[in-house]
Amino acid sequence: MADSTLKLKKLPDREPPENTIGWIAWIRDNLFSSATNTLTTLIFVYLFYLYIPPFIEWAIINANISGTDRSVCDTNKSGACWTFIKIRLEQLLFGLYFASNPEQTWRPIVAFSVFGMLIIPLVIDKTPHKKWLLIALLTLYPLLFICVVYGGVFGIPVSDTGQWGGLLLTFALSFVGIIVALPLGILLALGRRSEMPIVKMMSVTYIEFWRGTPLITILFMASVMLPLFFPSGVDFDKVVRAMIGITLFQSAYTAEAVRGGLQAIDKGQNEAAMALGMGYWRRTILIVLPQALKISIPSIVNTFIALFKDTSLVSIIGLLDLLKMAQNSSRSLDWNGYDIEGYLFAGFVFWIFCYGMSSYSQKLERKLDTDRRAE
Amino acid sequence: MTSTAASKKPMMTDSPPIITINKLNKWYGKFHVLKDIDLNVNKTEKIVICGPSGSGKSTLIRCINRLEVHQEGSIIVDGTELTDDVKQINEIRSDVGMVFQHFNLFPHLTVLENCTLAPIWVRKKSKIEADELGMELLNKVRIPDQAHKYPGQLSGGQQQRVAIARALCMQPRVMLFDEPTSALDPEMIKEVLETMIELADSGMTMLVVTHEMGFANKVADRVIFMDEGQIVEQNDPKNFFNNPKSERTKLFLSQILNH
Repeated sequence: MADSTLKLKKLPDREPPENTIGWIAWIRDNLFSSATNTLTTLIFVYLFYLYIPPFIEWAIINANISGTDRSVCDTNKSGACWTFIKIRLEQLLFGLYFASNPEQTWRPIVAFSVFGMLIIPLVIDKTPHKKWLLIALLTLYPLLFICVVYGGVFGIPVSDTGQWGGLLLTFALSFVGIIVALPLGILLALGRRSEMPIVKMMSVTYIEFWRGTPLITILFMASVMLPLFFPSGVDFDKVVRAMIGITLFQSAYTAEAVRGGLQAIDKGQNEAAMALGMGYWRRTILIVLPQALKISIPSIVNTFIALFKDTSLVSIIGLLDLLKMAQNSSRSLDWNGYDIEGYLFAGFVFWIFCYGMSSYSQKLERKLDTDRRAE
Repeated sequence: MTSTAASKKPMMTDSPPIITINKLNKWYGKFHVLKDIDLNVNKTEKIVICGPSGSGKSTLIRCINRLEVHQEGSIIVDGTELTDDVKQINEIRSDVGMVFQHFNLFPHLTVLENCTLAPIWVRKKSKIEADELGMELLNKVRIPDQAHKYPGQLSGGQQQRVAIARALCMQPRVMLFDEPTSALDPEMIKEVLETMIELADSGMTMLVVTHEMGFANKVADRVIFMDEGQIVEQNDPKNFFNNPKSERTKLFLSQILNH
């Protein structure tokens, strides 16, 4: 290019005007920018004032936590009865068997602790050897769970799965549902998009059948009908039956979530991989799935969260999951009348798990967003 | 086949053609896209295919690596006929590089990983070997400094050069280009064409679907004009541009050269 005679005079950068930055400006711009906005702000401030302080007073300031029976709570009715939760905690978390045999309580504690030790480093970005941790979580952990919680090996007495309950049961059902349904769902989603008519038809039939049936029906069928298909004497464990039902149900939903991702991948991606001589499975595993799963993370996690909460439906076939356990406990003679505390606790535990999954999925989405990754 | 202009490299007519296409016919449903195509491509030959949209030129080169399936006739690439045999198809594909209009880089992999993926998984090279090869070819297309970025961070021209490097990493015998510059801004067309000219000079066999007539003039041994699924006319660039024989070719050339 020719030497330019017209040179741009570079202006120095200046600070933005004083009244456009800082928290006062933020409040003015976001909370009181217009008449409607101001009115909305005031209404909500009033509603918060009306409900939040009394709740805090009830749940924290006036709450009871001391004592070992209901007498404390019955004398101070102005606060929540957390004593109930404290006394019944083991039952709510581990179910009847592990709560009523104190010398066995270590077993679910070990199972949850090991899970924590695997999952916490997995969600931290900088952990080395994540791949091995994940493999351990998916293979060794279920084995450990069976050995420790179910027992029957190394002199650990067998626990009756019918007596599993509380968070332990909710966790076991969800864990199996999630880790088995994900690969199954991926295969079904691929099957649904297959060019082979029979594979496609079978995948579609499977997905539509399980998606079109309420989970309660499936749990009933798993509980009542499944035994009819097996010779008498083969007694299927009730928890295993629920796990199978939930997994079959869940895989159909996961498949649809994954299919959404697969559909969003440009066909040029597949063509480019084909043109490099890559076969179907290599194309799918190396090119298509990493992109499709990334896109479908929000909807996959959505189905996981729904599943985690839906496991509470197993109470219909007589299993005492976290929610049912909270309900039953607050209806026992010892604690009759303290349902609110029971439901709040169950709700809070559900929320922790679901919020954890949701936050992690958002983090993962940001991390995998290579299209907009900073240089 | 017509003889080439003196300035072009001589064609190796003594060795058998690397691609032989015989009476090729293809339909999309009931629509007859390719009609009785006969085409031989010799080693190191550079062929530019042009024609109006819908003339079947892209379909033709996509048949060569079986991104499109033909219904009649035969395509023989380097001695192997394209059939339904998946293994044979993948072997041919790994020897035939392709560059697409929309680059089709893998957005979840870095530039270098884009280049090394197929060498590692298809050619079974070690990662170190593949990385070396990848860097060598990224050097060749003059973007080694972008190796660890993601495709989304690159300009269109850079992305297309990565796509060329990715195809070259498979050390193909033939390169197919499907409108490689149609999706690019004018400034970027030049850098991609320069890369392609360098590639042509290195002796690569190339089939290029393009409307860049300057490129055709400079590089092609033969220019093919297609319309309505047929090869209407083919000649060396000098005669093709200066003395087009058919009316259809004349009309097409007048439209693309005078705008």
